[in-house]
Amino acid sequence: MYPSDFYYSKDHEWVKIVGDTVVMGITDFAQKQLGDVVYIELPAVGADLSVHQTVGVVESVKAVSDIYSPISGQVTEVNAALNDTPETLNQDPHGKGWILRLTIKDKSELENLLSASEYEKFVEGLGA
Amino acid sequence: MKKTRFYDCHKALGARMIEFFGWQMPVEYGGIIEEHLSVRTRAGLFDVSHMGEIIVRGRDALAFVQILTPNDASHLAANQVQYSALTTPQGTFVDDILVYRLAPDRFLLVVNAANIDKDFSWVDGHKAGFSVEVDNASDSYSQLALQGPSAEKVLQPLTDIPLAPIKRFWAGLGKVAGIDALVSRTGYTGEDGFEIYTTSPEPRALWDGIIDQGRKHGVLPIGLGARDTLRLEAKLMLYGNDIDDTTTVLEADLKWIVKFKKGDFLGKAVLERQLAEGIKRKIAGFELVDRGVPRPHYPVYAGGEAVGQVTSGTFSPFLKKSIGLTYLPVEFTAEGTDIEIGIRDRRARAKVVPTPFYRHADKPAAV
Repeated sequence: MYPSDFYYSKDHEWVKIVGDTVVMGITDFAQKQLGDVVYIELPAVGADLSVHQTVGVVESVKAVSDIYSPISGQVTEVNAALNDTPETLNQDPHGKGWILRLTIKDKSELENLLSASEYEKFVEGLGA
Repeated sequence: MKKTRFYDCHKALGARMIEFFGWQMPVEYGGIIEEHLSVRTRAGLFDVSHMGEIIVRGRDALAFVQILTPNDASHLAANQVQYSALTTPQGTFVDDILVYRLAPDRFLLVVNAANIDKDFSWVDGHKAGFSVEVDNASDSYSQLALQGPSAEKVLQPLTDIPLAPIKRFWAGLGKVAGIDALVSRTGYTGEDGFEIYTTSPEPRALWDGIIDQGRKHGVLPIGLGARDTLRLEAKLMLYGNDIDDTTTVLEADLKWIVKFKKGDFLGKAVLERQLAEGIKRKIAGFELVDRGVPRPHYPVYAGGEAVGQVTSGTFSPFLKKSIGLTYLPVEFTAEGTDIEIGIRDRRARAKVVPTPFYRHADKPAAV
């Protein structure tokens, strides 16, 4: 269920390391909690983010949810296709539903993230 | 926490449950958008047993209902229904309701779940001088709603009540899935459909029977999430959001339920004056021009000034645009008027549009 080569935050974001950058998105657990996503606000390319900073907003029919940055870095790319087809976040949260790409400012921040098995245990513990 | 008699049905279907005014209710099963579209294109089944039922009976039942409500209940034949309200002396809302005339001297008032105790106290508290009995029968009743273009096709095989002759806002009595029920052609979705009431202590067969019968027609179970998006597209009011004890029946654009000629009723004098002087504000529908989702309490701007708040708002699954309702000063209520909705730190452009946002053709009367 949760790709073993990703890292995860307790805010239900995933991170995939690609060289000096990471790609991030929200997890399957997060999209299930949200329900049908209808709208997303993405940050600007070039924005400088600190870890845990609010980078955008994802909205479902019933809920508004902040998206937090799992690490510090600069936004190099955003998935603008999500503006037209936000349902991709529900359909393929770990693949086509990727949200943005960030440079890595401080590699040690990655150690604060969870592995796939740690994240699965964490989610189980939430009793959802 | 209260549970309806269909609680196990929802758990078995994997519903996501929420707490709603003291009730454990299903908010969604497979997803709000899928459920919403199922009702618009096929049919959907709702458990609405949390709604309240107040029985008014006795020699003065009609006279009593006439005082409490602005619509004309004397027009109701047995088994006829009307949309109405319990009004305050200020012409504002205690609640919006359906009035069923079960017999010449027996009425069933169907009220919102959030207001059951308040409404019963209100009605009971006004009965002095009337030869009536008022009963809060809410806990005895269960209620399902089957809504959508296929509703009649799905329901007919399950009931001995001939459905085709039942026109909108009429009801019939009989058995559905072997269970005694009152069935009315009414609903809260803007589609054709039925609301089914029973006092059977074990009504599960009603839910299971309709789901089984409906499977080949693509009937889905529908939660409160889609119930809200459906009613908003149809511009049906939600007490607490769009109407309450600070909004008059005329400001809520419901003049059609006010029958001034029928005799006295609570709030009549205020509403007559308001009609003569002209209302200063009115509820209006809008759609967003910029991207975003309007939600209740978001600020609304017109002519550059803050004029109020969104009362209801959502992304409309059928129309695929963002829609909402708000009270505007009457000078801003013309179709096409530009307004703005405050969404977090920006102002999204919107415009006033005619309502209902969605309209399905009325079922033609039976020949």
